Amino acid sequence: MDPHPELAIEASSLVKVFGRTRAVDGLDLAVPRGTVYGFLGPNGAGKTTAIRILATLLRPDGGSARVLGYDVEREADRVRQRVSLTGQFASVDEDLTGLENLVLLARLWGHSRRQARARASELLDAFDLSDVAGRQVKTYSGGLRRRLDIAASTIVTPELLFLDEPTTGLDPRSRNQVWRTVRSLADAGTTVLLTTQYLDEADQLADRIAVIDSGKVVAEGTTAELKRSVGSGSLKVRLLHSEQQSQAMSMLSDFLDAKVHADPDNVGLRARVSQPEHVTEALTQLSRSAIAIGDFSFGRPSLDEVFLALTGHAVTGSTATSREDAI
Amino acid sequence: MTTPSKSGLETTIGPTFDSAPSSYIRPPQPNALSVVLAFGWRAVLKIKHVPEQLGDVIGIPIMFTLLFTYLFGGALAGSTENYLQYLLPGSLVMGVMMVTIYSGVTLNTDLSTGVFDRFRSLPIWRPAPIVGALLGDGGRYLAASGIVIGLGMLLGFRPGGGVVGVLSAVGLVLAFSFGLTWVWTTLALILRTPNAVMNLGMLVLFPLTFASNVFVDPNTTPGWLQSFIDINPVTDLVTAVRHAMQGTVSTGEVSGVLVTSAVLVAIFAPLTIRLYATKS
Repeated sequence: MDPHPELAIEASSLVKVFGRTRAVDGLDLAVPRGTVYGFLGPNGAGKTTAIRILATLLRPDGGSARVLGYDVEREADRVRQRVSLTGQFASVDEDLTGLENLVLLARLWGHSRRQARARASELLDAFDLSDVAGRQVKTYSGGLRRRLDIAASTIVTPELLFLDEPTTGLDPRSRNQVWRTVRSLADAGTTVLLTTQYLDEADQLADRIAVIDSGKVVAEGTTAELKRSVGSGSLKVRLLHSEQQSQAMSMLSDFLDAKVHADPDNVGLRARVSQPEHVTEALTQLSRSAIAIGDFSFGRPSLDEVFLALTGHAVTGSTATSREDAI
Repeated sequence: MTTPSKSGLETTIGPTFDSAPSSYIRPPQPNALSVVLAFGWRAVLKIKHVPEQLGDVIGIPIMFTLLFTYLFGGALAGSTENYLQYLLPGSLVMGVMMVTIYSGVTLNTDLSTGVFDRFRSLPIWRPAPIVGALLGDGGRYLAASGIVIGLGMLLGFRPGGGVVGVLSAVGLVLAFSFGLTWVWTTLALILRTPNAVMNLGMLVLFPLTFASNVFVDPNTTPGWLQSFIDINPVTDLVTAVRHAMQGTVSTGEVSGVLVTSAVLVAIFAPLTIRLYATKS
């Protein structure tokens, strides 16, 4: 019956065309059950379209996909029984209160009136929304809305949860709350497919990542694999004395096991680093060897850098977003 | 951690996550009726939270009834009171028909919100969100009917058919409106903006309602218009409603209205549902 029970999502050569745009253009995917899987890519890369196909909201124009063993076209209803979707724009009713939204969805999932109320208030407690339960959703902040949205997706614990850009536009505190929620859902066994434009988010949450560009998967692997191919950060060092540049260069290269580039000004050095934990040690070694450092910086590669490294071209989406987090 | 099922119908589901409650049971799949009722409840909640959307239900029938009674009454029938006996059933039809357009406008607005994505990803009878919304709209049509008739009675309208006559007249209007609404839901799924639905709706409704026997006996109209009025289903509806109010409606008139409504539903309900199912 089920050819790959260990796979939550299995897609081959998925195609979706809107007018002249090939939004999804030959997408292949194999998402293992019980993992958090990240779709990383810029706006317009086809992430949302792919999710909408997998959540049975769109029919593909080509290729095929099985979700939890069921064909998304022929067995859409079986898929719908097992998945939940939290869309990019709040998938809750703005005019209704938080409580009413959850009760309505619980009723739609088949709970009796009494059970629906009980389930709704359980979820409001669990997601720390009880204080705002009686307010219309249109008065909610972005973070509250997202939490309600995810709560609404867990009325019946889904086997597979689609989260489309769950933290876009959230402040850091709300973002961390969403991350915690996603982790606890995943710990309990729900497979999560999330899309994000942020490398750090994929890094924090996802076991495996597919980098999507122009409707195709251009790179796929665990976060560690992906980092190795890109380097997890870039180190920039400026020395005080230009005569020490070549010595510093070889030391850094040994310590970081990375290719180090010398800037033409004779004092600057740049390296892509795959093991950030070695950076402080390398810098300590430099100063122990009496190499005087003027300043240094270490940052994670931005999405632009990942893209550049993986695709050989810069991000072409409408907004090339990058969030550089210092370590 | 698992919870024991309480009955044979309910099955336990495996893990729950730590911040979620442990007493978690997967409910049985709901039937279409209870899902439709849940969406009907949503429509009622919407009215509760956004009472402004009742503006059309209250405003249009009052405006039409007052305007046409006092504008045409003296000229057409000698007195407003005389004219009201003729006009009110027509004004009831026209008022409620105008209100039906808002069902399409509301649906079009609703479809553009993210919550419809969620509805469409649920394992429920697909057309339920639309059918449930129409259920709520049925309540709006009923309210609009009540306002027209109540106002008419205040102004001196005296239906000869009594309570039964009035109720059957309202029943006919609701039956016709239910058919007509599916035309607007179809438009709501084809057109891009609520405004476009409104504009096209008005463009269809104006000739349909004015070129009928709503306001005057069409005997004096030129032949070409007369032939349109004769085939216009609104004419048959108004005649049936008028006769129902007087207590003289015939079975043929009633079934004529019901057949028209059934034809509209037969054409436009599947079209709406198909468009909704394939909407991207």
